[in-house]
Amino acid sequence: MTNGPPSPGATSRPGATSRPGGTSRRRERPGSVAHRHRALRSPVALRSPVALPSALALRAGLLGWSLVLLCGAVVGLALGTLWITSVAGVALVAGIPLTLLTTALVRWFADLHRQWAAERLGEPVARPYRAAPDGGWPARLWAVLRDPATWRDWAWLAANSITCWFSSGLSLMMFLAGVVYLIYPLVYQLTPPEVFRTPLGEGFRLHSVAQSFAMVPFGPVLLLLWYVTAQRLANLNARVIRTLLGPTEQARLRARVQRLATSRAETIDAQAGELRRIERDLHDGAQARLVSLGMSLGLAQQLLHDDPQAVQQLLAEARASTSSALTELRDLVRGIHPPVLADLGLDGALRALALANPIPTTVTTRLPGRLPPAAESAAYFAVAEALSNAIKHAEARHIRIAVEFDPLQDATTGTLTMTVSDDGRGGASTDAGTGLHGISRRLASFDGTLGVSSPPGGPTEIKMSLLCASS
Amino acid sequence: MRVVVAEDLALLREGLIRILQANGFEVVEAVDNGPGLIRALTTHRPDVAIIDVRLPPTFTTEGLRAAIDARRHIPGLPVVVLSQYVEQLYARQLISDRAGAVGYLLKDRVMDVQQFVTNVRQVAAGSTVMDPDVVTALLTHRSTDPKLLQLSPREREVLTLMAQGRSNTAIAAQMFVAERTVLKHGNNIFTKLGLKPSADDNRRILAVLAYLES
Repeated sequence: MTNGPPSPGATSRPGATSRPGGTSRRRERPGSVAHRHRALRSPVALRSPVALPSALALRAGLLGWSLVLLCGAVVGLALGTLWITSVAGVALVAGIPLTLLTTALVRWFADLHRQWAAERLGEPVARPYRAAPDGGWPARLWAVLRDPATWRDWAWLAANSITCWFSSGLSLMMFLAGVVYLIYPLVYQLTPPEVFRTPLGEGFRLHSVAQSFAMVPFGPVLLLLWYVTAQRLANLNARVIRTLLGPTEQARLRARVQRLATSRAETIDAQAGELRRIERDLHDGAQARLVSLGMSLGLAQQLLHDDPQAVQQLLAEARASTSSALTELRDLVRGIHPPVLADLGLDGALRALALANPIPTTVTTRLPGRLPPAAESAAYFAVAEALSNAIKHAEARHIRIAVEFDPLQDATTGTLTMTVSDDGRGGASTDAGTGLHGISRRLASFDGTLGVSSPPGGPTEIKMSLLCASS
Repeated sequence: MRVVVAEDLALLREGLIRILQANGFEVVEAVDNGPGLIRALTTHRPDVAIIDVRLPPTFTTEGLRAAIDARRHIPGLPVVVLSQYVEQLYARQLISDRAGAVGYLLKDRVMDVQQFVTNVRQVAAGSTVMDPDVVTALLTHRSTDPKLLQLSPREREVLTLMAQGRSNTAIAAQMFVAERTVLKHGNNIFTKLGLKPSADDNRRILAVLAYLES
């Protein structure tokens, strides 16, 4: 993995190069925990002696990649030529297997570049290919030729053979030229006469080793230039790869529609399941209690004259049954929509949840007033589930709940992030059937995510997010 | 009188047993699931069975199906089916064999202990008892039937009580009229609906229900 500039919000390692100020998008109070963390990664810290070797190592790595990518560009051009020739040979039948073979080769080659670009940019570059159909070679060939991604691959192979020289090639040249100029006297001395004698063209001829020292200052200048531009040029190359090898807008939309259809189906399932649960709870709980209450009262009425003692007991049972029915109804209502959430909003409801919790729990929230009811409810139940998970399985001594709302550029929508962390024994998983899996399914309908960091032995951190509008 | 009780919720099962025992029934077995119910019915052959529609393992209509199955093996086995809600479809399935001796009641009816015990005895004696809610739903369902519209309010009242499974004597007592008057209303109803009159309470009830169900 390369040490790219961390994107805002990403976990950052000490000593990693970070653009000064690049991560200060969030507003923070000075003195807050996050503020103090950030201070440790300030530009001053970056210029510490520890940072320079790691920055140099990073650039040395990029230098190696430049060489590899340049070779790749040459190989790619050959591959592209081979591919288009195979396609041209399809009419001669022999081109069919050859095209399929070279397509597989091209895709593998493109995948290597996608992987490199993804690590460079810190975000995945998706494979845009359509699924291969079952069937014979002609059917597969037809599918390959109809897939726009195939032609984009080829376009990239052609384009990359040129653009790579302006990114990776330029970087490599600056470094090599810098080194050569830096040791020019040595080069002058070691090479035969008439070689390396006119470094700046015919008009500037060197006649002695002493004169060749005039070239030395160019070395540091070029090396500095290389040092400064290495990352940018590499990123430029990665962006070219992402643009041509990543999915097009249309493909992205198609994937999004697919994702929405899945999450909608899951939401509908989850809702139906929830209604079934409520029906069941009512049927077996409050409704049954009321019937039992009625039975006790009916029997009491019947026995009123004959057996007052039994009536006494029946009435006591009836009273107990009433309070149980009320308790069950209250629990059920709390499971549907907690009254405290309706009354106080997310902040108050989470504090109430923490108070009712046997394990000491701290709640920190940063919310702009009330959020839409659906988002509040989803966030509340997600946190409640994560919390009950921690109580049941983690053997934690302390639990922390942090909820914050980050508005996006347009300020009306934003991301609600909920973090539940504990100091327990870890090992939480999102496998199917677990409560956490249920949360991630529910959050999906809000374009939300769930991430779990829970190494064995702890600590556990469950980070959930959802998109919503702010009121 | 020997009874088998099938109810999965312990609270209600105990309540039912207590009510039945206080009223002179002998509860030979109380079960809490469908398969156990069929076994109990076939081994004990009780005088009447009181069954909850929804039982484990499926928690759907396990009890209803067990009752229908058992009646296939033991024709005319008296069953009273209890439910948290009434569903016409279930009522139809229960009376479809025209054998009588079925009751279909909301669980709420148990609260009126006297009436409930009477209903259980009626079913044990071969009569058919339908929950008033089922009958109301049936009448609402047929509210545009010209034959039913011909009935006078009084006759309609008699029809409703008849469909619930009351005997002529019980209807007379409930409406504070002479049994003779009920009989006369009954004959009018049967003539207006085009049904064959019958002296037997049970046949009459089944005929009325069959008419309303059709």
